[in-house]
Amino acid sequence: MSFPTVPLRAIAACAVRAGALLSGPALAAGEPLVVYTARKYQLVDQLFQEYAKERGIEVKSVTDDGAPLIQRLKAEGPNSPADVFITVDAGDLWRATQAGLLQPIRSAALESAIPAHLRDPEGHWFGLAVRARTIAYATGRVKPSELSTYAALAEPRWKGKLCLRSGKAVYNQSLVAMFINDMGEAATEKMVRGWIANLATEPFANDTLMLKAMAAGQCDVGITNSYYLGRLQHEQKDFPVQIFWADQAGKGTHVNISGGGVTKHAKNRAEAIRFLEWLASPAIQQRFAGSNFEFPANANVEPLPEVVAWGSFKPNTVNVGLIGKTQPQAVMLIDRAGWR
Amino acid sequence: MDAASARAGPASVAILVALPMAAVVAAIVQGALGAEPALWDHLREYVLARVAANTLVLAVGVVAVAGCLGTALAWLTAACEFPGRAFFSWALLLPMAMPAYVLAFVAVATLDYAGIVPTALRAWLGNDLWLPPIRSAGGVVAVIGIALYPYVYLMARGAFLTHGARVLESAQSLGLGPWQGLFRVAIPLARPWLAGGMALVAMEALADFGAVSVFNYDTFTTAIYESWYGLFSVETALLLALVLLSFVALALAAERLARGRRRYTAADAGARAPLRLALPGFRGWLATAFAGGVFAVAFVLPAVALARWALAVAPFDLDGRYVAYVMRTLALAGMAALACLALAVALGYATRKPSAGRLAHAAARFATLGYAVPGTVLAVGVVTALGAFDSAWRAHLGGDGLWLSGTVLALLFGYVARFLAVAYGPIQGGFSRIRPSLEEAARSLGLATRELISRLHLPLLGAGIGTALLLVFVDVMKEMPITLMTRPFGWDTLAVRVFEMTAEGEWERAALPSLAIVAAGLLPVALLTWRMERAARAA
Repeated sequence: MSFPTVPLRAIAACAVRAGALLSGPALAAGEPLVVYTARKYQLVDQLFQEYAKERGIEVKSVTDDGAPLIQRLKAEGPNSPADVFITVDAGDLWRATQAGLLQPIRSAALESAIPAHLRDPEGHWFGLAVRARTIAYATGRVKPSELSTYAALAEPRWKGKLCLRSGKAVYNQSLVAMFINDMGEAATEKMVRGWIANLATEPFANDTLMLKAMAAGQCDVGITNSYYLGRLQHEQKDFPVQIFWADQAGKGTHVNISGGGVTKHAKNRAEAIRFLEWLASPAIQQRFAGSNFEFPANANVEPLPEVVAWGSFKPNTVNVGLIGKTQPQAVMLIDRAGWR
Repeated sequence: MDAASARAGPASVAILVALPMAAVVAAIVQGALGAEPALWDHLREYVLARVAANTLVLAVGVVAVAGCLGTALAWLTAACEFPGRAFFSWALLLPMAMPAYVLAFVAVATLDYAGIVPTALRAWLGNDLWLPPIRSAGGVVAVIGIALYPYVYLMARGAFLTHGARVLESAQSLGLGPWQGLFRVAIPLARPWLAGGMALVAMEALADFGAVSVFNYDTFTTAIYESWYGLFSVETALLLALVLLSFVALALAAERLARGRRRYTAADAGARAPLRLALPGFRGWLATAFAGGVFAVAFVLPAVALARWALAVAPFDLDGRYVAYVMRTLALAGMAALACLALAVALGYATRKPSAGRLAHAAARFATLGYAVPGTVLAVGVVTALGAFDSAWRAHLGGDGLWLSGTVLALLFGYVARFLAVAYGPIQGGFSRIRPSLEEAARSLGLATRELISRLHLPLLGAGIGTALLLVFVDVMKEMPITLMTRPFGWDTLAVRVFEMTAEGEWERAALPSLAIVAAGLLPVALLTWRMERAARAA
């Protein structure tokens, strides 16, 4: 029995040629810098292109979630083209370090620009933008004086008035992980169960939906990353939800980072370090964080005016890497407490 | 030819086609072996029972919704005559271009408490108005069912068009009315095609992550994601995926068992023009209202919502890059469609007779299981398998760099592993209509195998080929996880852009690339429906 032979070679050649045509021109002479980034295109591409122009090299990047990028790095092994790995969560940086995918670097510029709790003590990764997760309240129905701590949201007075995003969201997992580190597993679980008992409606798929529900009157208080509110307030000046900095009398508001490190098998190591230093430099920091209404990791740099308007706050300074490490424990606690 | 050698050919072809899936499954199994028992215990105690129940509700509910809508609409447009029938017969396929995750976010954004519809209703009827929550099991089943009905519609319509009218005639001659004709003759006769369409729907629902996560509805797939993203254990995630895969294999085997050894062969195509049952007056307009309602909910209203959002962001998001996104999306979808079609035809040809043997049939079923695997799990299998291939290549043949990882071939490999089932269904359906006697007759006239394929099989497969190409093409355009994880640098597509926006919670900005996917998907859908109509008229 015979079958028509398939010209595999020709198909492969076609695919490669089509690839060259469609993937755009290669522009520069120097070694390109390759970035795997979970911080998405619309927030980083402009800066990447600027760096490319400034250095006269090509910056190539692919986006995906942190976990798949880690898997891609693992599968590619020593031959991975990646030089820099950027995430939107400390947990992914911790995990990439554990998997041996990042290499430690020493850089005086990075060490002086980025506070110690926002970077790996050994230099595997550095925070580049700070995302604060705190309490949001509906301005018409709640007075700031009624608010104090995350834990207070578990009190019966908020029954039927609390909105939360899904417990599967990494930012909630990292918040719970911080509490496990600060006050132990039992107390954290009690607090989370209290939150669940107070829910006005099923948890939301994302912070933006939740904030809109608060604005529409479905609930009065919630927990959000400040930048989601920043975007909504930017679109609509009188958006009826405001930020309250939680736990200011205690250990401080929960922060996570978007950060990066140099990959273990970076082909262009020197350029990768230079790139991270450039991202941490004052002029770029404002825009890197500002593009998303976040706080610059570099403490000497002012955030956007809209962000400054929320007032300054005391961040919880437990190392964000420790929070990443505790994340699996937090996920299990969230499952036990029934936070969907 | 003795029986054993008659089976050797088909079996080797089927096994060859199953190789990509085998490589992927091997990588998944190898990873799953490393699953941590402690995590497994946790999942068993707190997660699995709930997500298993949710998954069952989702699969059964979505198949019911999509099956009823798809079959009813296919019957109406293929075998009945009502006002607007010609328009609806192709328009009802258009929702296929609307990804389920897009329909989901439009539904939640407009129908949830803060959405435009409930807000307007509260303003009108008062704040205490209770509305059924869209973010619920019922909501997710309805939305995904509506998003997926075109798969059933497409397959069912093909079946009804070729023997629908004749069936009615013969039913009439036996004294059965049109309704009895439908339920007692037409539907049972169309069973393989209906089952094929519904199997696709079920697999798509099981593998879905994008749409269910918009509803925060926990299924097996979200548990897989959580194990990987949250518990940091890709191994446990892969193990969960294998469990899911085993259930799917069992369910498919059960369906086959229930169908038994009956053979379904349609009457010769091209005998007579389709005869349609006229629905007079009120009944005709009822059909129009039904078709129009489904079309509005599944396509027009969401497209309008998308257009509104897209217009708001177009001034600063829409630029020349979109031409490249569209080109790449179409190029990848086209290449993947052709690759899947070629393999599906090989597979369908090899397994067209029961005498092909168990091995060939088993290999064919295995090769097409990828559709039930969540895309991201399949993507892990693909990058792992290709990474292993690349290291082996380096170790034995030298050189450096990556041969397959991060190339367009890697992407196509992933698409084939995932979407072969989608092409195989219609092709298999097509082969099953070619009566064995026809082939024997052709052979007795001295036709060689090659001529047999080019002069007998390919022409008779026509409609199946179009359906297969369209389904894969549209599915690849909407595909996210494999594209994200295996694409080369600079190969960002429209779906990649949708992902980047939705991952940041910027759904309104995702409307622009989503709308572009819908628009680009319209072209092949229109082509296919035009073909189907022409074929039906010619028949």
